[in-house]
Amino acid sequence: MNENNNLLVRLKDCGVQKSSKWIVKGISLEIHKGKIVTLIGPNGSGKTTTAKMALNILKSDEGSIENYSTKMAYVPQKISIDWTMPLRVIDFMNLTSHINKDEIIEALELTGVQHLIYNEIHNLSGGEFQRVLIARAIAKKPDLLVLDEPVQGVDFNGEIALYNLIKEICNKLNCGILLISHDLHFVMSATDHVICLNGHICCSGSPKSIVKNSSYIELFGEHNAATLSLYQHEHDHSHQTDGSVKN
Amino acid sequence: MFDDFFIRALVAGVGIAIVAGPLGCLVIWRRLSYFGDTLSHSALLGVTLAYSFSLNIAFSVFVISAVVALLLVSLQKRTKLAGDSLLGLLAHSTLAIGLVLIGFLSYIRFDLMGLLFGDILAVTTADIGLVWIGGSIILIILYFIWKSLFSATVNYDLSAAEGMRPEFSNFIFTLLLAGVIALSIKMIGALLITGLLLIPAAIARNISNSPRQMIVIAIFSGILSVVVGLFASLEINTSSGPSIIVVALILFIISLVPLEIKGQLQKR
Repeated sequence: MNENNNLLVRLKDCGVQKSSKWIVKGISLEIHKGKIVTLIGPNGSGKTTTAKMALNILKSDEGSIENYSTKMAYVPQKISIDWTMPLRVIDFMNLTSHINKDEIIEALELTGVQHLIYNEIHNLSGGEFQRVLIARAIAKKPDLLVLDEPVQGVDFNGEIALYNLIKEICNKLNCGILLISHDLHFVMSATDHVICLNGHICCSGSPKSIVKNSSYIELFGEHNAATLSLYQHEHDHSHQTDGSVKN
Repeated sequence: MFDDFFIRALVAGVGIAIVAGPLGCLVIWRRLSYFGDTLSHSALLGVTLAYSFSLNIAFSVFVISAVVALLLVSLQKRTKLAGDSLLGLLAHSTLAIGLVLIGFLSYIRFDLMGLLFGDILAVTTADIGLVWIGGSIILIILYFIWKSLFSATVNYDLSAAEGMRPEFSNFIFTLLLAGVIALSIKMIGALLITGLLLIPAAIARNISNSPRQMIVIAIFSGILSVVVGLFASLEINTSSGPSIIVVALILFIISLVPLEIKGQLQKR
């Protein structure tokens, strides 16, 4: 069944149709254990939709999805928790599986928010909540981790630290990671494979290191430049406003 | 003072309050109060059908509520009308059909007030059994689907991604809601059931800071409302349902006080 033991998810020519319009079409990708795949693309290009297919939340209207992962964790792009729900961080950490308290604290320490463990979720700032979301996903010790713009609302230095953490987690848990990046050109350098989406896969490849480029080192500092990479790409086609390819 | 019927009403009412606590919290969290209202309006139709075909009232109310819930889902797929419009459509049309049917059944004497607002005199020993056995079944099922239901309440995608099967538990939850309405229609009445679901949970939200605490407080404020409301109903000879809801409202107003104090302290 699973010819490659490291394969977690394989999407083959997948697409999602909503009211007779394709949101994404012809998506093929593979996620392997211990590898990081980064999705980039403009707003509305189908990044989240693609991630949801990989997570089995959305069914593909064409092609096939093979999912071999046993434990998935998800950091969604936007969660709003209603005031009527009195949810503390510790309750939220236990949301989909029971995790013992030491492991919860450990995970919260990794993202630097252990002091918020008994705070109510709706009192957290955007960045703090984002860190809690990431901690929750880590604490689940998944074999497939899907992060949808995980560093949104986090300050720049924190962003670098979280990218480093994601890389560390990937190595430590040997899990596959699907990362959606909000930046079109900068991806974390630990990424093994970058996919640029715009309703379809525009291009894909591996990121180029920016460490050697002196102007970036000046901009970000040497240490930070080592975490971020430039995905330099030019497309051989242009798009119409709905994302379809212009001839 | 402790006439037999009163003890029966008390025992049945407390049972309903215990079941209504957790379900009411979920109704509040999921913003389903209109949905609860629709189910309880349709309950009247269930009662008339029960009289027409001499069925068990609770059973018939449960079936009609469940059918209405399924109708809602299928209507949502067919039209682009907003959810609240569809709910209003179903609520009022089932209520109207129920009332029209009552008109046809002129040979049966109906206590319409009792149906709409509850009647403690109507609670029989069999009803107590129904409330406690039915209530236990609802709570046991709720216990087993809790993790899935609760995580889907917080975030559906997250729950689905992490293998909680929220679609299934959402469906079961709808049936449980229909169940609690069926159990409580005799006591509380069709128009006020949603009140017993919502108000204790709202009281609980004002004074709790974790989901578990909120459920426990909702249960206890529900029990308190039922007990005090029934005593008042006996003393001043009012309908049981409205009396219980008025007591719950008073408790809600009291529960605002700590919230107010907390707000004032934060301002300083």
